[in-house]
Amino acid sequence: MTTDIIEDITEAEQGSSLWHDAWLRLRKNRLALAGGMLLVAFTIIALLTPWIAPYAYDAQNLDLGASPPSAQHWLGTDIFGRDLLTQIMFGGRVSLAVGFVATSVALLIGVTWGAIAGYVGGKVDAVMMRLVDIMYALPFMIFIVLLMVVFGRNILLLFLAIGAVEWLTMARIMRSQVQQLRQQEFVEAAISLGLPPSTIIRRHLIPNALGPIIVYTTLTIPSVMLLEAFLSFLGLGIQPPQTSWGLLISYGAETMEEFPWLLIFPGLALTVTLFSLNFLGDGLRDALDVRRSKD
Amino acid sequence: MSLLEVKDLAVSFVTRMGTNKAVDGISFAVDTGKITAIIGESGSGKSVACYSMLGLVPMPPGRIDGGTALFEGQDLLQMSESQLREIRGRDIAMIFQDPMTCLNPFMTIGKQLVEPLFYHKKVSKEQAKKRALELLEEVGIRDPETTFDNYPHQFSGGMRQRVMIAMALINEPKLLIADEPTTALDVTIQAQILKLIAELQTKRDIGVIFISHDLAVVADIADQIVVMQQGKIVEGGDSDHIFHHAEHPYTRKLLAAIPADSKTPMEGEPETLIEVRNLCTWFDQGKNKEPVKAVNDVSFDIKRGEVLGLVGESGSGKSTIGRSILRLVPVTSGSVNFDGTDVTTLQGGDLKNFRRRMQMIFQDPFASLNPRMTVFDTLAEPLLLHGIETRKSVASGVLKLMDDVGLARNFVRKYPHEFSGGQRQRIAIGRALATRPEFIVADEPVSALDVTIQAQILDLMQHLGKEYGLTMLFVSHDLAVVRHLADRILVLYKGKIVEQGSGDDLFERPQQDYTRQLLSSIPGRALLE
Repeated sequence: MTTDIIEDITEAEQGSSLWHDAWLRLRKNRLALAGGMLLVAFTIIALLTPWIAPYAYDAQNLDLGASPPSAQHWLGTDIFGRDLLTQIMFGGRVSLAVGFVATSVALLIGVTWGAIAGYVGGKVDAVMMRLVDIMYALPFMIFIVLLMVVFGRNILLLFLAIGAVEWLTMARIMRSQVQQLRQQEFVEAAISLGLPPSTIIRRHLIPNALGPIIVYTTLTIPSVMLLEAFLSFLGLGIQPPQTSWGLLISYGAETMEEFPWLLIFPGLALTVTLFSLNFLGDGLRDALDVRRSKD
Repeated sequence: MSLLEVKDLAVSFVTRMGTNKAVDGISFAVDTGKITAIIGESGSGKSVACYSMLGLVPMPPGRIDGGTALFEGQDLLQMSESQLREIRGRDIAMIFQDPMTCLNPFMTIGKQLVEPLFYHKKVSKEQAKKRALELLEEVGIRDPETTFDNYPHQFSGGMRQRVMIAMALINEPKLLIADEPTTALDVTIQAQILKLIAELQTKRDIGVIFISHDLAVVADIADQIVVMQQGKIVEGGDSDHIFHHAEHPYTRKLLAAIPADSKTPMEGEPETLIEVRNLCTWFDQGKNKEPVKAVNDVSFDIKRGEVLGLVGESGSGKSTIGRSILRLVPVTSGSVNFDGTDVTTLQGGDLKNFRRRMQMIFQDPFASLNPRMTVFDTLAEPLLLHGIETRKSVASGVLKLMDDVGLARNFVRKYPHEFSGGQRQRIAIGRALATRPEFIVADEPVSALDVTIQAQILDLMQHLGKEYGLTMLFVSHDLAVVRHLADRILVLYKGKIVEQGSGDDLFERPQQDYTRQLLSSIPGRALLE
């Protein structure tokens, strides 16, 4: 019996049990799992698009014009006769990349920044948060235009620019979470054990602040995707014939009365992605909250 | 006929996990002019029994399974919500445990006081105010005219509890239910509030139900005592019977858990481990404000192997002293010599090495454990950090610690929320011992626990103290507990040491007025003599 326990521990405990247990719990949540698998599938399709897309992304057929779904064009064509399925596949590459990269940038900077400000407190906190306030006050458009002017138009820059704006709220949420947790005695206990601040933040503070962070992340990804569409619409982001889901939706919205499929299909792609994200996010939050289930 | 007669009351909670019988067929009576105490540990159903009669238990998940509760001949359990609302606050009033959260922070004391009066009776504004002022004076609030327009945050805990009592009495109830009204208060304040409740009860000749987890608290005031365990009444009777002729083993266990003896002092002259000299820890309040002098010029020694007790009210600086020695709060001035090294100036790696030698056990085992770390992670962290065990051997190190503190080995993968308070405190003790420290600060380690659990944890600490050869600073507001455990005791008042000596010296020959006042506040003191 005793040896069993020891073996059981040494096997599973290379990292922290939290993530291991969270994975076990997440595996039981079918909705979250389905969401996760759908996202993985979308990502794989996006990566393979250049090879598996039925048409070239800029192949036009002006004679065809906007045609409803058919055997040749499963999802129909747009007003220039371009295959919509191909457009959505290529658009997905941009939208998913923007969504995940920009959000990851925001998450990384925001969580670290907020955790340090909240943990250290005092003058460091004041300076760090005033910086956040200044960034908040900067008009977003001017900030982006400035970046574009200085560095030239570049899709990578777009990711960074959006990420650099979205992290501000993340930092604020994280800071207030950490400030609350910092008062708790388990943090004092960790200090008195002699743990360095970086370990305290990583092992004791961040795992306990994950709930709101995950929820906010699942909200950030879609808003980042729409932000990209807005920037592209203004001519600052992606330019035709390249495309993204946001752009497809905004063009589709203009012609929705005559050619509804141009709005419906890109909209569906975005909606399914968002649903998957929300299910996965909720599942993750529950899985990481050890108090929720007893198994 | 009794004022309140409860017969076969049964309440259960229905959850997904199954049905939990919180109150399992209890019967008792409360007479006018008597104080009936209901004693039991948390989860024994003592509060649920009283709340369910007043319709204050949310249903579902709560469910009343049967029984009657006759209040002046009428069955409370059969009443509609609107009938109950009439009775609550008018005929039956309540005082709650935590006076800090029971008052609305955005309303003046006066407004909150007269609110129930307007609701239940037709009175003019002037009448209501006059009545409120009388009551404030009666419950011992100085200068009620000014107090009337003050907000709750301007009051101390004891004062707020007085306001709560005034609020409960404003409609002249016939029955007062006090749910652990002194648990959140300091020992001297507790004595005052207990006295006040007893006085008001005699003067008004009303019935009182006093719910508490602590037999000692009710020893001086209760006429009748009902002891509950796991939803059932195990023993009931008048106060004298319970204290002197208790029959049920559980009641005896509760009585035995009241610490009474004092420890025999240490023999010989061991070396000094810790020398605290002119220690000051002040907290800045911002510019142009006098800093809070939590610890003000305190000097004392702790000998190796000694248990030094530190007693005082909240705000006396006793916790801050412990935290200053451990470098958990920045020290303003003075020195703390630990085995010849001044720890107040240590930095970096040196500090980390000293942290290994000094550990802390915290008051609240619900807050002192990271909720997202299993027992294994919690105990393995210090072992790995200080290189006491390697990754390979850490599992057996953790299990050894669990054996030492009396935790079953198969709990190793569980999270803190799956444990009771006593078990959590055992985990916390295990974590503190993991680094093989020489010195431990125990900051009220048992005050958040039930009495019988308290006794177990204190035993464990005594036992481990010997086994690990620990020196201990034991901080507590509970003099009886400190006397039981400590070799020497320091009495702290407003950041300064007012008296020190062995337990017997202090208890039998107190020199200072403040010490005498503390001693006379110990609940159930009559029992000890």
